[in-house]
Amino acid sequence: MSASERFLANSMETVMGSAVVNFVNTTLNWVMFALDAPSARAVVFGVHIGGHLFIEVFLLVVILFLLSQKSYKPPKRPLTNKEIDELCDEWVPEPLIPSLNKELHYEPPVLESAAGPHTVIKGKEVINFASANYLGFIGHPKLLDSCSSSLAKYGVGSCGPRGFYGTIDVHLDCEARIAKFLGTPDSILYSYGLSTMFSAIPAFSKKGDIIVADEGVHWGIQNGLHLSRSTVVYFKHNDMDSLRETLENITVKYKRTKNLRRYIVVEAVYQNSGQIVPLDEIVKLKEKYRFRVLLDESNSLGVLGSSGRGLTEHCGVPVEKIDIVTAAMGHALATEGGFCTGSARVIDHQRLSSSGYVFSASLPPYLASAAIAAIDILEENPTLITKLKNNISLLRKELSKISGITIASNPESPIVYLRLEKSTGSVKDDLRLLENIAERVLKEESVFVVVSKRSTLDKCRLPVGIRLFVSAGHSESDVLKASESLKRVTASVLGG
Amino acid sequence: MIAIPYLTALTTYFSYGLLFAFGQFRDFFRKIFDWCSSNNLQGYAPICLGLEDFYIRRLYLRIQDCFGRPIASAPDAWFDVVERFSNDSNKTLTRTDKLSRCLNLGSYNYLGFAAADEYCTPRVVETLKKYSPSTCSSRVDGGTTELHNELEECVASFVRKPAAIVFGMGYVTNSAILPVLMGKGSLIISDSLNHNSIVNGARGSGATIRVFQHNVPSHLEEVLREQIAEGQPRTHRPWKKIMVIVEGIYSMEGELCELPEIIAICKKYKVYTYLDEAHSIGAVGKTGRGVCELLGVDTADVDIMMGTFTKSFGSCGGYIAGSKELVHYLKHACPAHLYATSISPPAAQQIISSIRVILGEDGSNRGAQKLAQIRENSNFFRSELQKMGFEVLGDNDSPVMPIMLYNPAKIPAFSRECLKQNVAVVTVAFPATPLLLARARICISASHSREDLIKALQVISRVGDLVGIKYFPAEPAKQQDTSKKFD
Repeated sequence: MSASERFLANSMETVMGSAVVNFVNTTLNWVMFALDAPSARAVVFGVHIGGHLFIEVFLLVVILFLLSQKSYKPPKRPLTNKEIDELCDEWVPEPLIPSLNKELHYEPPVLESAAGPHTVIKGKEVINFASANYLGFIGHPKLLDSCSSSLAKYGVGSCGPRGFYGTIDVHLDCEARIAKFLGTPDSILYSYGLSTMFSAIPAFSKKGDIIVADEGVHWGIQNGLHLSRSTVVYFKHNDMDSLRETLENITVKYKRTKNLRRYIVVEAVYQNSGQIVPLDEIVKLKEKYRFRVLLDESNSLGVLGSSGRGLTEHCGVPVEKIDIVTAAMGHALATEGGFCTGSARVIDHQRLSSSGYVFSASLPPYLASAAIAAIDILEENPTLITKLKNNISLLRKELSKISGITIASNPESPIVYLRLEKSTGSVKDDLRLLENIAERVLKEESVFVVVSKRSTLDKCRLPVGIRLFVSAGHSESDVLKASESLKRVTASVLGG
Repeated sequence: MIAIPYLTALTTYFSYGLLFAFGQFRDFFRKIFDWCSSNNLQGYAPICLGLEDFYIRRLYLRIQDCFGRPIASAPDAWFDVVERFSNDSNKTLTRTDKLSRCLNLGSYNYLGFAAADEYCTPRVVETLKKYSPSTCSSRVDGGTTELHNELEECVASFVRKPAAIVFGMGYVTNSAILPVLMGKGSLIISDSLNHNSIVNGARGSGATIRVFQHNVPSHLEEVLREQIAEGQPRTHRPWKKIMVIVEGIYSMEGELCELPEIIAICKKYKVYTYLDEAHSIGAVGKTGRGVCELLGVDTADVDIMMGTFTKSFGSCGGYIAGSKELVHYLKHACPAHLYATSISPPAAQQIISSIRVILGEDGSNRGAQKLAQIRENSNFFRSELQKMGFEVLGDNDSPVMPIMLYNPAKIPAFSRECLKQNVAVVTVAFPATPLLLARARICISASHSREDLIKALQVISRVGDLVGIKYFPAEPAKQQDTSKKFD
């Protein structure tokens, strides 16, 4: 059955095939005939007019016809007012803030006296390791004197930005004093420490420029990098090999680009880890690859170097080699605001291009005179720095005996940064454990220490830890008491 | 909107064209000299490329002396301006020891708290002795003192909101709060003339930004409808949240915000409102509570109220006031609260004390007097200027009044001539204003006496005639009146 069927199908195919061949042949014949027709062989003005001419004319007509037609467009139907009304009614915005969960319960301790080396919390005197009062200037009589005479003369606020009568003579004096202290040609005052970096970076680095930054920089710098719209490349925290590699890659990649501004952004003492950047290495790399350096000296000014001039003095690098130096004055100088210092060109450029300087009211004059006074005191008493250094090494020596936590900061850093030896695996649990330690140390031992906190906006991913801000105002017994208490509480929290 | 006369526009463009041409001409020669001398950049790209600093070098430096004049006293009604001179045609200015006593029409000292005050100053000095000038720590570490909590409560009740959070700088308040609240997928609709700190905060947030015409509620509605209907660009997903940002008083225009209309629109479309009261808080309203009080808007309808302490309170810093939950969230998420040094205690005390004076809690009626005084002073000064034929921007009751100058040459002329006659005024030009719309800005204070204001009007009138900025005809009948008064 099936064989006969197959035969039938085959014969059908042959019949069909021959029919097709026949049809093609007749068509071809007809076409050949048409092309070979006598009219098609005419010669007009010496040009042979072949049969293909007819086809060409035909195609031309078709093309012209198609071109004359309107192209296809989907009909436009804009939303009617009623539809927009409906859409607006339907739209449900998210709440302004996410719902508050229980983790956000932290209430910072409230101080009842000045935040000096000893302060009062809940009526009890405690030893304060939470204020970056490195030189113990809080409550210094000379500082207070200069402030109160400034308050009497100038009032509290300056009531205007620097451009519009907000420049008070003490601002200019303070700028000159800072420049003289650091040995730079000029400096510029900002009215808040946090705004210094995030205004200075966008003033120098624009779209298309390149910034190589440490991944551990604090939020003020991160924000500045973001606002500058430059190409930002991060290198591993305080890792010079990683930096070298990054610089090498960038140099190769942008070999042909002319007039590209390149910057390296680092902190002298990292707020997020207590590490100190090896500045001599940075300067070597900078000179090799032709990058400019922005250095944030917030936590090193008044601390590092034999006379407190910061990391440049500490590493023996001439300050001219660092193109832009910024610092917040809310640490060792025990006042507020910030400054940027460098060559006259660098400073003058900021006076019209730095948004936090141009568009903000200037620093209250009494804080500028406090800064002048603080620098004067520092220059007169270099022993303060030795005292601070002794306190740091004593604290580190004592803390190193504690099991369960390690000291992550550099031996010279005034921020002593304690991390858990064994992380629980999640940042939240680590944080809870550390907060528990800090809370108990404060409650049971009257020693005020704090855990580093991270904003949800902060891109820094370094591990959290307990931060101790050492001060020259701490006595030896203060330091010993702090380490003893930490030892006891840590043992009880981590052990039990 | 400012309607600039045709001829004035033409001459202004011509002046800038001339300045630009001369600048280019000089740059050409500079390039030749630079090329001849050896290249000292050693492979670094220049700090400023191409035309980036052209405006500063060739336009701003010529009239540098009109800006950033140092003063040597508190910025009160009268202050000491330090005289400066230049030996290199204004490239650098040198301070001298000479002072000139000038009438201050430039500082934001709206209520006169800039100078020593019988109630505030003793308390500030006391606080300084107790707390020192700084805490050297952020608010979440060791930077919260009793004073900071008191300040937050005081501010919240003053602006009539459940809670408030304060920062040490006004600029940072805007630029650090917006990134916390808004992010990718959300939309910020901003007035076209909003302050740079708002612009920076909005940029930092990563949200999409749309702009509506300055102070035109109908255009805001148009933009809102379009954006809600369209959704996010390309994906067309609905916006996560939308925030409208306006200012109470626009500092370069002197205009009051059309707040009632804008709030009504925002409510209708369920979008959040952010009101920046940098210049209005303390300065306007019956009890100094800002534009909401002046224009009769319930503060409950404004989601986020922001303001600064630099102006009316004569201190420094800024605040955000809102619901308890909002402030609680900000205290855990806002980088300016977590990382920045807390506001200086004496400055905090100045704010608390000045608010007490404004509310009459110091046991006197000085606060009410100050508020009445600034309102009277502002309205008097504005109407007199208008009568003289100046083109004055802004609304009644606003203590900020810009006088239009237009031509670039009139900027230094007006400023220098006024200073010669011991009146210190602020002149504002590009980039703070559009290129064509250069202006002088007067800020009135409650500490100005009537005599001060009359002297200022006389001087400004004389200089106005000299410089040729009375763009409108003077009012004839009243003109006689005032000229009599001045004689």
